[in-house]
Amino acid sequence: MIEIENVHKSFGALQVLKGIDLTVQRGEVVSVIGGSGSGKSTLLTCINGLEPIDKGRIVVDGTEVHARDTDLNKLRRKIGIVFQQFNAFPHLTVLENVTLAPRKVKGMGRKDAEEIAVQQLSHVGLADKLNVYPSRLSGGQQQRMAIARALAMSPDYILFDEVTSALDPQLVGEVLDTLKLLADEGMTMICVTHEMSFARDVSDRVAFFHKGVMAEIGAPDQIFGDPQQEETRQFLSSVR
Amino acid sequence: MFDTALTFNDLLFMLKGAGVTLSVTAFAVVGGTLLGVFFGVLRSQISPWAALPLTFVLDIFRSVPLLIQLILANAFQAIAGWGISPFVTSCIVLALYTSAYCTEIVRGAIEAVPSVTRRAARSLGMTWGQDLTQIVFPMALRVGLPSWIGLTLGVMKDSALVMWLGIIELLRASQILVTRLQEPMFILLVTGAIYFALSFPIARLGSRLEKRWQEND
Repeated sequence: MIEIENVHKSFGALQVLKGIDLTVQRGEVVSVIGGSGSGKSTLLTCINGLEPIDKGRIVVDGTEVHARDTDLNKLRRKIGIVFQQFNAFPHLTVLENVTLAPRKVKGMGRKDAEEIAVQQLSHVGLADKLNVYPSRLSGGQQQRMAIARALAMSPDYILFDEVTSALDPQLVGEVLDTLKLLADEGMTMICVTHEMSFARDVSDRVAFFHKGVMAEIGAPDQIFGDPQQEETRQFLSSVR
Repeated sequence: MFDTALTFNDLLFMLKGAGVTLSVTAFAVVGGTLLGVFFGVLRSQISPWAALPLTFVLDIFRSVPLLIQLILANAFQAIAGWGISPFVTSCIVLALYTSAYCTEIVRGAIEAVPSVTRRAARSLGMTWGQDLTQIVFPMALRVGLPSWIGLTLGVMKDSALVMWLGIIELLRASQILVTRLQEPMFILLVTGAIYFALSFPIARLGSRLEKRWQEND
């Protein structure tokens, strides 16, 4: 379970998060929508401790992320994150990209790590690209590789940060299909997304962020069908 | 027909000089690179303010002409009575000089690694050290190699200046022969050819590595 309580975060004078409260249960898929600069992506990087927070707390399975004595490297093993930019390691093959963390972080043997990597890469449809370097992959393939890389650590949670935003339109589908697959398998996911139909079809709950606050949260049908807040209505009509 | 007084022994004399050039260069480049990597990593990881003293010292090594550095260092060690041989003094000065340039190459190459890539590594649970050795160093190596090859070739030619400390390296050896045989054109041609023969394999190695990496990237 991820518990986010009253989280504040500023970059210099700019207040990005102004008191966010959100609890995500195991097995739940929560989509976060909202305009750019609404603090959606920042929240994700705070959840796995890549960014410090100014106030409030984030607790993952009973471990407070920003507590001084928390071993972030250990905590991050169970919180995968996939970024908007694919962030492939360009000097490693697809297989090596995926086996690196299991081997170095979990101390797995090469054989075991490769077994898991092949399994995860097949899962995202890249079984035929094992020994290719990332530069030879399309954007969609690179992004699916990044998903496999996160999955190979067998995380309990995966955070998706606008994973389709940097893709050509015709490549968006293949990545969303992978996300849907994971959701169907019961993975706990927080997806920051601009894909409204994805948010509607796949999520258990949809949260709308506006200027650093969570303006509204609810079931997809309610958020898209009967938004309670004026800002939500405005945002949804602007993206439709 | 072409005629020269240059004997086989003279040529051996020059090759011996080339050996000295090569060994001074080797010491300078190995020492300078080790130091340069250390300083470069340090500079890329600490704040510019904290790095200021280091930057200042390295700037001195980069901006004072090498000849002056060599002569001052040699004079200083003589006055201090350390009894360090001119060869060792030359190696140390050249290594420091190399390290000053190498530091900048390493720092630049490390900073060329996108921070988002490093973020991705950390988000997988890799430690700071693992990020550095597994991601940053291999990626930076590809960025920095061409400059480093250039630096190595430059140092090899700059090493001719150690002749002012009385060391007979390749250029000094050829000067001696020029004075004796009065055939400057021919001897300098041979000298140039030897320098080329020393540099060429290094340059080739560099472009081979670059090409191999480029095929992947």
